[in-house]
Amino acid sequence: MSAARPPSESLSVALLGSGGAGVLTAGALVTEIAARSGWYGFITRSVGPQIRGGEAAALVRLATRPVGCMDGAFDLLLAIDWNNADRFAAEIPLTPESIVVGDPKSGTPPDYVTQSGARFVEIPLAEIAKGLDGGRANMLAVGIVLGLAGIPGDRGAEAIRKQLSGKGEDIVTAGVATLEAGIAQTEAIADTPQLAAPPASSGERWLITGNEATGLGAVRGGIRFAAAYPITPATEVLEWLAPALTTVGGTLVQAEDELASINMAIGASFGGKPALTATSGPGLALMIEALGLATAAEVPIVVVDVMRGGPSTGIPTKSEQSDLNIAIYGCHGDAPHVVVAPLSVADCVFTTQWAVHLAEMLQGPVLVLSDQFLGQTKAIIDRPADLSFMTRRSVAAEIDAAKPYHRYATGEGGISAMALPGTPDGQYTADGLTHTPRGTPSSRGEDHVAQLDKRRDKIESHDYGAHWAEIDGDGDTVILCWGSLSSACLEAAAKLRAEGVAVRTIALRLLAPLNTARLGEALAGARRVLIVEQTHSGQFRRHLQGHVAFPGEVDVLARPGPLPITPGEIADYVQKWRS
Amino acid sequence: MTEETKAAKNPVEDMATMLAYAHRIEVEAAERYAILADQMEIANNTELAALFRKMEKVEGKHADHIIEKAGPEGIPQFGPLDYRWEEGEGPETLDLTDIHYKMTAWHALQLALAAEKRAYTFFARLAKEAYDKDVQALAREFAEEEEEHIEFVMKEIKKYSAPEAGWDEDLDPPNHPD
Amino acid sequence: MSVTAEAPKRKASDYISDVKPVWCPGCGDYHVLLSLSRALAQMELEPENIAVVSGIGCSSRIPAYTNCYGFHGVHGRALPLAAGLKVARPELTVLVMSGDGDGFSIGGNHFLHACRRNVDLTYVVMDNRVYGLTKGQPSPTTEPDWDSALSPGGTGLRPFHPLVIALASGANFVARCFSGDVNGTARVLIEAIRHPGFSFVEILSPCVTFRPDEKQWKTLVHPAPVDPTDDPARAARRIMTDDGFNTGILYRGNRSPYRAPAASEPQDPGVLERKFVI
Repeated sequence: MSAARPPSESLSVALLGSGGAGVLTAGALVTEIAARSGWYGFITRSVGPQIRGGEAAALVRLATRPVGCMDGAFDLLLAIDWNNADRFAAEIPLTPESIVVGDPKSGTPPDYVTQSGARFVEIPLAEIAKGLDGGRANMLAVGIVLGLAGIPGDRGAEAIRKQLSGKGEDIVTAGVATLEAGIAQTEAIADTPQLAAPPASSGERWLITGNEATGLGAVRGGIRFAAAYPITPATEVLEWLAPALTTVGGTLVQAEDELASINMAIGASFGGKPALTATSGPGLALMIEALGLATAAEVPIVVVDVMRGGPSTGIPTKSEQSDLNIAIYGCHGDAPHVVVAPLSVADCVFTTQWAVHLAEMLQGPVLVLSDQFLGQTKAIIDRPADLSFMTRRSVAAEIDAAKPYHRYATGEGGISAMALPGTPDGQYTADGLTHTPRGTPSSRGEDHVAQLDKRRDKIESHDYGAHWAEIDGDGDTVILCWGSLSSACLEAAAKLRAEGVAVRTIALRLLAPLNTARLGEALAGARRVLIVEQTHSGQFRRHLQGHVAFPGEVDVLARPGPLPITPGEIADYVQKWRS
Repeated sequence: MTEETKAAKNPVEDMATMLAYAHRIEVEAAERYAILADQMEIANNTELAALFRKMEKVEGKHADHIIEKAGPEGIPQFGPLDYRWEEGEGPETLDLTDIHYKMTAWHALQLALAAEKRAYTFFARLAKEAYDKDVQALAREFAEEEEEHIEFVMKEIKKYSAPEAGWDEDLDPPNHPD
Repeated sequence: MSVTAEAPKRKASDYISDVKPVWCPGCGDYHVLLSLSRALAQMELEPENIAVVSGIGCSSRIPAYTNCYGFHGVHGRALPLAAGLKVARPELTVLVMSGDGDGFSIGGNHFLHACRRNVDLTYVVMDNRVYGLTKGQPSPTTEPDWDSALSPGGTGLRPFHPLVIALASGANFVARCFSGDVNGTARVLIEAIRHPGFSFVEILSPCVTFRPDEKQWKTLVHPAPVDPTDDPARAARRIMTDDGFNTGILYRGNRSPYRAPAASEPQDPGVLERKFVI
């Protein structure tokens, strides 16, 4: 092992192989060992459409600080075999600086690898593994990656024990021996992209996926009922919640479809239990009618949309931000509701918790726009702070029998106290029909306008505080983004700053209602605004331009999935625009 | 014959129960006329709404009259389904499916007449078949009162003539509100 | 009958709100509202502990006419909404009121799964074999040759058999009633509410406006000649071979109602974080 290059603050590693070769487990182990050794980073995966078999890639990025997006190129690519590996050509960009490790007896690398100019290192993985007691090629790969990156293997045993718990101590012993053999294989390889030393320990850190973080945020926020219909890539939110809700005294019910799941959530919340469902684009499309019902009948619910490529079935396993339009504008009629988006894996905890608070507080649906990248990425994060929102749902606990109870009373900012079933003299009918303050169906213009005003006012007059966006840096060039792309934009801004360009980043967490006053303030003095989004049609730009007059020039970097938009791309775009 | 039909044939075995049944008959009739009055108000058939409202009041008075008759001992209270009627419900109730939103007073009074006749039949049978002589006597009194009601309704009907064919014609199609 | 020691706590009118129904005069649904109010009064349930959930259609207007908590939701989705409510608040009495279009057409899938799931709900479908609110289109229970503007000459489709489907899908209680038999229907509703699990009650409820022929139903209905069975095969045979006007409780099963998994002692959400710690 030698290190001619300066140590790097970030290192990207791809592990490739046929399904069954264990590359996803290997990637998870690399991440776990790096985490236990003090680094940050994340793992995400790319797989073929097959449920079993096929080809798989574990994409790991390790760094000395929390990172939330793919880098522009991979420093290391290790292939256990090359079967069908050309499908990853666009996802695993390589440069002449990259190192590629492959088994000479496991096929030939695809053209994109050989043409990249990357340095090729041959290691007979299968043969070496076969020679070890209980040796497996994927464990050997873990050792090779650790060795090349300069990550010590001493936390290997505990990581293997955690990942392979239940498979017996023999497996752990064999795994550790194989991992060490892998590290040994790298000793002779010169000039490898070493990772800089991790920061000194700064408190509790977690290894968590965005979907798990969303579930945790929901429970922290007070969700005690969830209704579930499986859909990629949202299922893990629901799978995490199933036992978690039971633990905290709540319930999850599996529904027959998304129409049922959202209606179950509405029913539970009508009964007073904070309720949630999670889905992805196709499911959200089915839920839209009930979303309008929750708006009109003023029932708090949280709907998490873990976005994937669309329209229609689209690309279920890849990220996109293209549900923005349906999330904000999907309902028929004028149906204002809150839409928020987490800015990182860690922020899934906060944003979902905030969403629960907003739904309960504002008595209506709140949509959380997560995406496949956030949801299915497992990241090393600092423990998210404990927060509690003091205000809860306004409940009419005691009702004066002498006066008729007005569930939908107007005035006082549009929020009216909600009677829960079981409360004497609070009986009312929650209704999707236009209604009077008492809830009686009405088709009169004055009732219609009064209730439309009420529902608009309550969400528009709410003080969303500082949570509406994260604002970073200063300068007359602004990068404006939302949700999952925030990490890439912040990293691009840091890169630009290092290149001497002052950049301000505004990452929106609150997408609807758009906080135009604060956004206007945040944009003050901007000469150039670059809107960055992962859509084909520029949905975010149109949403913004429908509400905000930008002070300077505006450009948009919009690209659909499945490929991520990287910090380098954004920084280059800004540089080109400026020159 | 099942226990239930046997009970329905002769559910009244004592004076208190007799009073409760007589009272319930009037209460159910009043309740039904109230529903009909509401329906006619919603349907904008004001003439019928007024007539049914009047009938509701009349039946309510009959019910009060029975309470007076019971005197200080009062009338035993039962749940709405504790009564056993041969025809399912109290004999003086109207079948709601016989109602039409353009119906006239003549139609309504025909239905009321039929209801009064059913009530008469109920009491007249008890007057003959009740086991208890006192119950028989009380039933006879009620039957006589129903006869008076029948006469009253018949007199009312004479004020109207049977409507011509096409009375239920509607120049507009039905609405579809939701 | 014996004189009760105490006067009943509740009158049927306690369960009726001051909102006047917009149903057509003559509609069978008025009878259903009356039956429901009598059943609830007879059971002496507190109105605030009852929730009436519905979808869209003439019959689905019923929640606002009751003095209970109500939810008038979207078309076809009353069952899942009610299931969510009942699972979240098991102590409530939850009634779902629907019609043949709402319940069997747009809500058909939920019907199957509500029967399967067996949540302790009472599902009442007022079946008039027509879409009334949209002015007379054929529903899943309409006869194949019933002529209408939307399906001239009839749909030619075999009518849906809700009772058999309920039975096959796992409903724990199956009954058919006729709206005109107010007290008979009320008695069945009481049994349905008391019976654990998912109870399905089809009430033949004539539409006098679009199906005036249904005024004849009162001459066609007759009580089921035999007692209810707990054998679904026998119940299915009876229901499939009857004339469609056989009323009463036709099946009373003994499946355990849906029970959500529950912790013996709820814990603080903090315990959930442990497995994330590196």
